[in-house]
Amino acid sequence: MSYEDIKKPENIVYQRPALLNGNHMHYCPGCSHGVVHKLIAEIVEEMGLQDKTIGIAPVGCAVFAYNYVDIDWIEAAHGRAPAVATAVKRLNPDRMVFTYQGDGDLAAIGTGETIHAANRGENIAIIFINNGIYGMTGGQMSPTTLEGMKTSTSPYGRRIDLNGYPLPITNLLVGLDGTCYVTRQSVHTAAAVRKTKAAIKQAFKNAMEGRGTSVVEVVSTCNSGWKMTPVQANDWMVEHMFKKYPIGDLKNTVNPAPAAHAKGVETHPKQ
Amino acid sequence: MPKVIGAVDINIERCKGCDLCVAACPADVLLLQPKEVNDRGYHFAYTANPDKCIGCAACALVCPDACITVYRKKID
Ligand SMILES: Cc1ncc(C[n+]2csc(CCOP(=O)(O)OP(=O)(O)O)c2C)c(N)n1
Ligand code: SF4
Ligand code: SF4
Ligand code: SF4
Ligand SMILES: [Mg+2]
Repeated sequence: MSYEDIKKPENIVYQRPALLNGNHMHYCPGCSHGVVHKLIAEIVEEMGLQDKTIGIAPVGCAVFAYNYVDIDWIEAAHGRAPAVATAVKRLNPDRMVFTYQGDGDLAAIGTGETIHAANRGENIAIIFINNGIYGMTGGQMSPTTLEGMKTSTSPYGRRIDLNGYPLPITNLLVGLDGTCYVTRQSVHTAAAVRKTKAAIKQAFKNAMEGRGTSVVEVVSTCNSGWKMTPVQANDWMVEHMFKKYPIGDLKNTVNPAPAAHAKGVETHPKQ
Repeated sequence: MPKVIGAVDINIERCKGCDLCVAACPADVLLLQPKEVNDRGYHFAYTANPDKCIGCAACALVCPDACITVYRKKID
């Protein structure tokens, strides 16, 4: 059997999800945003929620998300996605409502909206793309920028005495009674992509079942802002970002996993 | 013994030449075109060693632009 003989529809094991339309995405080559968009399209499709899903897009590089994933979207003002999602979900409780936000959006200008929506236990999913930088506006420092990390507004590296500590905002959300599921994932390897898919699926399920607020942080790269190639950015993320933002579930009241420790899964990442 | 063979199709016009699929492939199937570019000027990915493909889909999973279709077949 030759290579070309295998290329038959019945042998397809992976293809672009139908809900990710043919539009060319404006993201820089290798940007993590694309991978997460793809996962959202796959999950909505697999859960049969195309007509029930309303995404709330951020201000940030993902501002054009509506151009790519074929569901209903609302574009919120910078940082206000959880507030908009609150209204949309309360008025349409049968819909699956999620926000999609960057670290500048969620952890800087939108900190108040994030914390209060999670504290109210709004039945929404929050997808948090933490690339440690304001990608869209030219790579400025964000609250999640690492100590010593160079950005256009911290050209000699973030200084704790001047700029404060990097903000692990997801950890704060764990302590709120309104959150049911809080997890931190990444999309740099095939295995990581699969885990993030399962996490977002769980979050969407929780939102549909009215379990409270689910938060999926995806530790991400912004290779343009970081001034690296995409492959270098992934390596840098593993080496540096994962130290401050360790991967694993931080809270799961819906599906508590008592065996997690036995399997070596980090349920309470050390900070 | 049944053997698994794989194949991939790459949508070269969607491809941005980011190299992530090349890095993710465990079988050294993929490379970026050294000279040739697509309509947007990117050195797109291609199957340099197609016969080595095991259809694991690692390349397709990490591709931010969903350029890759993966096929897999068991043969005896
Ligand atoms: C009210 C308001 N303030 C500031 C801005 C400028 N602005 C646009 S995007 C952005 C931050 C984007 O960073 P992030 O949320 O991390 O998204 P990324 O591009 O990194 O995905 C800022 C400050 C704005 N659009 N509106
Ligand atoms: S600037 Fe950064 S976050 Fe924005 S598209 Fe480019 S790589 Fe992605
Ligand atoms: S399917 Fe697996 S083996 Fe084949 S090209 Fe992709 S990563 Fe390589
Ligand atoms: S991962 Fe996708 S966009 Fe990047 S080089 Fe491979 S096929 Fe092209
Ligand atoms: Mg950012």
